[in-house]
Amino acid sequence: MPEFKSDPFLLRRRSNSEKIVDKGFKSLVILMASMVAILLFGIFLVVFGGSIESIGRYGLAFLVTSEWNPVTDKYGAFTAIYGTLLTSILSLFIAVPLGVGTAIFITEDVIPAKLRFLIGGMVELLAAIPSVVLGLWAIFVMEPFIRPFLIYLNNSFSWIPFFSTQPVGPGMAPAILILVVMILPIITAISRDSLNQVPKKLREAAYGVGATRWASITNVILPAAISGIAGGVLLSLGRAMGETMAVTMIIGNSNNFNWSILSPGNTIAAMLANQFGEADGSQVSSLMFAALILMLLTLLVNIFAQWMVKKLSLKY
Amino acid sequence: MNNIPYNSKGSLNYTRVSSRNIWNKLLNVISACFSIITILPLILVLIYILVKGSSQINLELLTQLPEPPGDDLNAGGIGNAIAGTFIVTFIATFISVPIGVGGGIFLAEYSQDGKFSKFIRFGTNVLAGVPSIIAGIFIYGAIVSTKILFGTNFSALAGGLALSILMLPTVIKTTDEGLKLVSDGLRTGALAVGASKFTMVTRITLPAAINPIATGIVLAISRAAGETAPLIFTGLFSFYWSSGPEALLNPIASLSVLIYNFALEPYEAQNQLAWAASFILVLMLLLTNSLARFLGRFAPK
Repeated sequence: MPEFKSDPFLLRRRSNSEKIVDKGFKSLVILMASMVAILLFGIFLVVFGGSIESIGRYGLAFLVTSEWNPVTDKYGAFTAIYGTLLTSILSLFIAVPLGVGTAIFITEDVIPAKLRFLIGGMVELLAAIPSVVLGLWAIFVMEPFIRPFLIYLNNSFSWIPFFSTQPVGPGMAPAILILVVMILPIITAISRDSLNQVPKKLREAAYGVGATRWASITNVILPAAISGIAGGVLLSLGRAMGETMAVTMIIGNSNNFNWSILSPGNTIAAMLANQFGEADGSQVSSLMFAALILMLLTLLVNIFAQWMVKKLSLKY
Repeated sequence: MNNIPYNSKGSLNYTRVSSRNIWNKLLNVISACFSIITILPLILVLIYILVKGSSQINLELLTQLPEPPGDDLNAGGIGNAIAGTFIVTFIATFISVPIGVGGGIFLAEYSQDGKFSKFIRFGTNVLAGVPSIIAGIFIYGAIVSTKILFGTNFSALAGGLALSILMLPTVIKTTDEGLKLVSDGLRTGALAVGASKFTMVTRITLPAAINPIATGIVLAISRAAGETAPLIFTGLFSFYWSSGPEALLNPIASLSVLIYNFALEPYEAQNQLAWAASFILVLMLLLTNSLARFLGRFAPK
């Protein structure tokens, strides 16, 4: 009878050092994951803590008064809040049809696959251009180019409050256009991913019952992909609200409230970039308050985006 | 035989003039136009950077210091800004990659979809949505104004920290997703032959997922290198070279802040320097992006 010899390397107990390493590694990665929570908490704490003085002094009136005067030490963020919402929402109105249209064009087989990859790749490259370079381009190339159109708008439609001022160079209209350029790649990329995830069966079924390409896109494929697209649109809204450099360079940084999109204006992010470095005393606190508002706005939009993706997603 | 008229309205033949086919063609054309409009800015920006920036590139520009703005026709070079961008991005990578990969490992390998990991995933998404200027303000409030880092205020280290906040969510997400692509057979196999979980992660799953993770890291680096907003009141700017270890605690130049500062100067020479810096920055970012795509090709199937 062969005898089983107990092999010292079989079924050995784990050495203590191995156990310690194993446990230590687990604690380490838990700690690293917790850094996200610590950071978020820290960001909120610093921004909220910095703005307490201003919150105490102005309260909610900060949101609706538009005077921003470091000399008399009176602050109200309405101009910047209006600018933030107006520029981001208007840019979304322009960017969504363009982005979704492009995404459809490069997921359908209207043109050869190589061309589609080329266009898709170029959209991705556009996302790689830093915001500050787009700002430089906006100052020296885009704004002078579109100024005649803006002057025409003012001359023909000055009875509309949005076009009621003479364009003077930097302003909200060029800022909106540069925001369109900045959020287009996000909308296009996310819409393309959502469209690609629509099961092939749906498309084949639509073609099978005799739908044309666009009938199947508008009636079958877009509704199936709508959750991802809507989420992407909201994400890009959050991005547009927080976008700083390009907007700072082209919006004109005026704290005087004006309805007109042709006049210089401000966004919260632009105001922070422009004034934070030189601010002191209660101006810092008011800027922190504005930063808190921006943070809450983007947080709200982002949470809503995540909720929407979950809520609207159809299960196939 | 039934007599279905096959030449009337219900024909199965393709009729070019029917409204549905005209609509189809029209929408094809409209979406093509939209695509062209979408890529037009990229082409225009690249052309202008190429025309205005590349013509000035020479060895002096790449190695000299920038001159403080003035009427002077010579704006100097961008040598210290190029070096600064590398230094700050390196600091950010050095901080965010270990933490991000560790966080991703936790989410993919250790979490049991409990409340904590759900919260961390949610927090990662929230952190990814935090505007970059807020990251700058946070570092300013926490580090620069408190002078907590060895009594210095504006410093390369502060700038790197601000950028690392922006990189962190990307690194965590790509690590998490990359590890999830690794088949469970490898995991159970490793555990079955007696590997500890630490050995399993570091020797089996992490190497198997290294490509998507590397792609994500390179993408995060290229995004961070182009960021300006977090740097303008953390790393600030400098007209001098950063050398020696004490450079980490001094203000530092970077290409993106140089572009921002000099684009708004009223002097032609400074504006030209901003174009040259844009050319170099975009070139660097396009190279790192191509590297990321190249790495992405080898993703596990």
